[in-house]
Amino acid sequence: MALTLYRQALNRALDEELANDEQVVIIGEEVAEYNGAYKVTDGLWKKWGDKRVVDTPISEAGFIGMGIGASMLGVRPVMELMFFSFAYVALDQMINNAACIRYMSGGSINCPIVVRGPSNGGTSVGATHSHTPENLFANVPGLKVVAPATAHDAYGLMKSAIRDNDPVYVMENTLLYGDSAAASDLSDEEFTVPIGSAEVKKEGTDVSLIAHGRSVIVALEAAKQLGEEKGINAEVVDLRSIRPLDEETILKSVEKTNRAVLIDENKPFCGVSSQIAATIQEKAFDSLDAPVLRVTSIDAPAIYSPPLEKEQIPNVSRVVDMVQKLG
Amino acid sequence: MLEQIESHKYSELEVNKSLSDEDKIEFLRQMVRIRRFEEASLKYYNLGKMGGFLHLYIGQESIAVGTASLCGDNDHMITAYRDHGHALAVGMSMNECMAELYGKKTGCSKGKGGSMHFFAPDKNFWGGHGIVAGQTPLGLGLAYGLKYNGEKGAALCFLGDGAVNQGSFHESLNLAQLWELPVIYIIENNGYSMGTSQQRSSAFNNCLAGRGDAYGIEWDVGKGNDIYEVRAKTKEAMDRAHNDSQPTILEFDTCRYQGHSVADANAKKYRSPEDIDYYKENYDPISVWKKRLFKESVIDENGYKELDDAAKSEAKESATFAEESDFPDLSEITDDVYYEVDNQTESGKQGKYFFHD
Repeated sequence: MALTLYRQALNRALDEELANDEQVVIIGEEVAEYNGAYKVTDGLWKKWGDKRVVDTPISEAGFIGMGIGASMLGVRPVMELMFFSFAYVALDQMINNAACIRYMSGGSINCPIVVRGPSNGGTSVGATHSHTPENLFANVPGLKVVAPATAHDAYGLMKSAIRDNDPVYVMENTLLYGDSAAASDLSDEEFTVPIGSAEVKKEGTDVSLIAHGRSVIVALEAAKQLGEEKGINAEVVDLRSIRPLDEETILKSVEKTNRAVLIDENKPFCGVSSQIAATIQEKAFDSLDAPVLRVTSIDAPAIYSPPLEKEQIPNVSRVVDMVQKLG
Repeated sequence: MLEQIESHKYSELEVNKSLSDEDKIEFLRQMVRIRRFEEASLKYYNLGKMGGFLHLYIGQESIAVGTASLCGDNDHMITAYRDHGHALAVGMSMNECMAELYGKKTGCSKGKGGSMHFFAPDKNFWGGHGIVAGQTPLGLGLAYGLKYNGEKGAALCFLGDGAVNQGSFHESLNLAQLWELPVIYIIENNGYSMGTSQQRSSAFNNCLAGRGDAYGIEWDVGKGNDIYEVRAKTKEAMDRAHNDSQPTILEFDTCRYQGHSVADANAKKYRSPEDIDYYKENYDPISVWKKRLFKESVIDENGYKELDDAAKSEAKESATFAEESDFPDLSEITDDVYYEVDNQTESGKQGKYFFHD
């Protein structure tokens, strides 16, 4: 059976949700006639037309704010950021309005929007286009943040996000869109992956590698190498959802392996892994045989130079080295 | 003389000619209620009963009351942080508004929003927004929602003269005309963005609404202190929204008698108290309307006094209601953050949502 690519899985989820609910509308730059800058929305405009798949001007604060306003009247906009880095020109709308309006209205309003787009470095596009703001948004109560690593989870989480009645920011990855390592054998039946559920992607006994997004793929490759070359049986935990967070799966894994290395493309200071580390030391301290270590991006703006950027973000050799430091 | 001719012109338009005496008295009552509510807010703020900022609407009442009086079931309002007048004009109670200022659980936002964040979606009132111009894309979205669902309505999005220089407003104007959305941006121009005059903050030809020319958006300016004129110009814009799904920018000149907020230490320095006194004397929207109704024999001095006394009592009673209400429980601080959690749906039960100890 042919595997479905991450990009195709997202496309299928969007297509099905357009069919399932006529309030769903896809809005973004180049999402319609151009078929998406990364082809995630390929063919949807042709199938669904101008009303359901809408090209916008380059105007993120305007169209995302507009989507938030429309959602208050029951429309369910799925808005693409060509890069999640572009969220920074729309932060007032994405944080002050989307995240706070339910609270400030005493629960009388809700905001069922999805903002989706790639949140990753590693493509040599320089610092402005390589931000990974999942930690930034997960810091904001009122928002939900998911970061699928595989086509299966991208499909299931996108469907859950669209059906959810709170704002959900779906962090994708340009390097995963066409990556065979992230492709999945998808069932023909519709299914969802619940937001707030992590998954053990590989069972192991010696150390827990805990990651989200593309770092899960890196962790799986590192686990393979650790097994084959070092005789270390690593478990890989995929967070899938950052907020809400499945603490139970994380703690269960650490209680089993007694060691944790966190792999996180965020910069280290207050990255997603900072929260995971805090949780482990607070709730599984007695299970730990070693300090919790992290492999994050090297703490500088994303460098352009292609070979250096590959070292700046988490990669297999950095993970293998870090695991060995556990002793 | 010119003003009299213009007022006459607007009073003779169908939108105003059709008003009953009861309608006209109701406008007076609503304006007086707003003023007495704001005066009571100021009094109890100064007594230390509430925190934060307090942006008073005193002097601008005719705009909220005049525009709200035209709204039907599919028309919506959204504004910035000077929102008490709009809230009362759409029918929110003084009790829920005052209790919100006191931070009490009986407030319109359960004490979670405060002065700048009043909401009543059941009355098509979508806030109450604290960030200057942050509401302008939301207003656009309300119009998008109306058009998407084929409803004949309009989104009235209010902003101050200081908001016209924010990028999000210009992005909204571009989209409003590009997609022909039924949004009406209503600039309440009180001349000052906080302490900076329009002359020191904005580049403009004649008026701010004229910036609509850059986007091909219809615009108009008017005197905000005259309910007849406010209604006439707003009606024209609403017809354009309802019938042709086209946006409009309206700019109404007005005057806020108080500082930007009660915390405005320089309120008497950047403009002269004499100018405000002159405005109050000659152009106060309540006085202007009251005199007109006296002249039209719609109400007399006694009738006015009765209405004014009732508004004063209502405001005072709202403060008692607020005082006697409870603060929210500490345990409620994480309620109303997520719909799915509040409603304990399957999604709301999955994973950890809150991370404090």
